[in-house]
Amino acid sequence: MSEHKGIWVIAETDSNNKIIGVTLELINAAKELSSQLGGEEVGTLLMTGNENIEDSIRTISEAGSDKIYLIKDASLGQYSTELYTDAVSQAIEQKKPSIILVGATTTGRDFAPRVAARLRTGLTADCTSLNINEQGLFAATRPTFGGNLMATILCKVTRPQMATIRPKVLPKPEMNSTNNAEVEQINVNLDISRIKTKLLECTGVCQNNVQKIEEADIIIAGGRGMKSAEGFKILEDLARSLGGAVGASRACVDAGWRSHSDQVGQTGKTVCPKVYIACGISGAIQHLAGMSSSDIIIAINKDSEAPIFGVATYGIVGDVFEIVPAITEAIKAEQLTTVCSF
Amino acid sequence: MKIVVCVKQVPDTSDIRWTENNTMIREGVESIINPFDEYAVETAIRVKEANPDSTITVITMGPPQAKDVLKRAIAMGADEAMLISDKKFSGADTWATSYTLATAIREKITDFDLIICGQFAIDGDTAQTGPGIAEQLNIPQITYSKEIESISGNTAIVKREVEDGIQRFEMQLPGLVCMLKCDYEPRMPSIKGTMKANRTPIAEYGMEDLGLNPEDVGIKGSPTFVSKAFRPEQRQSGEMISASDAKEAAKLLLEKLKNDKVLV
Ligand SMILES: Cc1cc2nc3c(=O)[nH]c(=O)nc-3n(C[C@H](O)[C@H](O)[C@H](O)COP(=O)(O)OP(=O)(O)OC[C@H]3O[C@@H](n4cnc5c(N)ncnc54)[C@H](O)[C@@H]3O)c2cc1C
Ligand SMILES: Nc1ncnc2c1ncn2[C@@H]1O[C@H](COP(=O)(O)O)[C@@H](O)[C@H]1O
Repeated sequence: MSEHKGIWVIAETDSNNKIIGVTLELINAAKELSSQLGGEEVGTLLMTGNENIEDSIRTISEAGSDKIYLIKDASLGQYSTELYTDAVSQAIEQKKPSIILVGATTTGRDFAPRVAARLRTGLTADCTSLNINEQGLFAATRPTFGGNLMATILCKVTRPQMATIRPKVLPKPEMNSTNNAEVEQINVNLDISRIKTKLLECTGVCQNNVQKIEEADIIIAGGRGMKSAEGFKILEDLARSLGGAVGASRACVDAGWRSHSDQVGQTGKTVCPKVYIACGISGAIQHLAGMSSSDIIIAINKDSEAPIFGVATYGIVGDVFEIVPAITEAIKAEQLTTVCSF
Repeated sequence: MKIVVCVKQVPDTSDIRWTENNTMIREGVESIINPFDEYAVETAIRVKEANPDSTITVITMGPPQAKDVLKRAIAMGADEAMLISDKKFSGADTWATSYTLATAIREKITDFDLIICGQFAIDGDTAQTGPGIAEQLNIPQITYSKEIESISGNTAIVKREVEDGIQRFEMQLPGLVCMLKCDYEPRMPSIKGTMKANRTPIAEYGMEDLGLNPEDVGIKGSPTFVSKAFRPEQRQSGEMISASDAKEAAKLLLEKLKNDKVLV
């Protein structure tokens, strides 16, 4: 176990081949862990089937990674559970890093458990804070029981110590254009005949949403108090004027007013925007589980006893059909815009 | 077709209370079938309805009272049930749980075609058990699934929800699917189903029945270790904005947001 050294981030790119936000957050976290360990190497594993990786390498470099481990193979051009698992497992076995950080995206949560199962090591899911404890062990903290209980988890004996980390919870690094990470190629054996799944098609779900809720800095969410699918129109107007996304409580999804991809909460998505505006949402515990770590929560509800007010930074008791259009109007009248870097 | 559904009994997390010292009260908390596993059972029943020669076996690892969730699944429409239970299994993390369940499936349901899990269990909430089982059995997986559209020959067409949209996959069988909340609701157990559940014997297997070693199961076989559990910091409620009408309320709110440097 002592031969394992270094902290790795497994990089993820989006459909435009751009490094996604959580990868940068994790490079920053890895640097922090490295200084707690007295300076272990921060490496980023980049898998690609694409020849054009200059931008990715520059981004990872500027985020502060010491090293980039590169696996280049045509078969990695499109994500597959099978070959990502093979590639990551083989790279870990060759280089023996001690800690592995993976973004808790649908992709990260798809392959990371298979890698951990294959290497017979521990993986802590969907973490929200990371540390090194007194014994020098990686201590990953995560919410469980629907956000009711926090647990700090160690992987004492086996290596590497692995975790998936929730996007948008940890801070992004200051980008440094003078940082140059050394690039090292890793050779692995990949066999496309191992792929047993085939992507047939992909259709967008965001047509009736202005933006994806998991990426939005501002979310306007509606509940049963919006009364109907049409009721959400005023929320879409507000979302447009603020540059945000529209979310929903489960009650609205079950009623067929919104799609499940917009549902916030225990059986929907966990979001962490800068501003969450809850409109006509009572604030049931399963809903709070998905949004209570938002920076600023604004609640608009006509029932002054609604539990949502218990977590709200600002609360307004009143009718959403009067208040929301008034806010949209005022934003337009004052020509206000949101500050992206607040 | 032989379908296996993994179901878990979980505490109802909306029913959690705390002692004055901020420790969780586990006694008296109601146990339920993990909500995502209800969708897994419902999906299996729909696959069986479309492929009538199928059998559905539900399997759980847990204490004897976890039989309740197996019975509920049979009452919904599953055919057979297996309880994987042993004192030595307690304290299992996702590695040990998936290793134990995969071994039980391999040893006792040898010729399975399709395994269906929930995407998350609402207590642990790891989403790791399904992929762990698939890895141990060396079969493909589709996670974050919304629907198993159809099965023909040895392929399944599965719908998957990701950040970018909805994907449709073809997966070779045998394979494993993890279900999200679906666009259809799980059916309620019927009276006939409940009577069948009371008649159906539940097969039980312990560590030795499955040929497992004590070092590979339960807390001993688990690579992870919970060093601390604590109550999250409670969010304090903030300010109420009171105003005579909507216009004034909107104006006061925007003042606050300008002060917070959210708006300029
Ligand atoms: C296992 C399980 C998982 C669940 N998962 C989720 C989940 O992921 N996400 C989720 O959201 N829920 C989830 N729920 C459901 C949750 O318990 C609540 O039922 C749900 O969140 C309620 O939605 P709501 O607040 O929109 O509706 P309600 O509770 O009906 O609240 C509507 C609110 O609107 C207010 N209102 C009405 N009209 C107006 C008006 N004109 N102006 C202002 N206010 C108005 C009312 O005062 C009320 O407070 C789950 C439940 C279970 C059992
Ligand atoms: N003890 C268990 N017995 C049977 N199935 C389980 C068990 N634990 C987890 N699962 C399955 O794995 C899924 C994900 O659980 P988890 O990885 O704990 O979030 C659940 O929805 C179940 O289908």
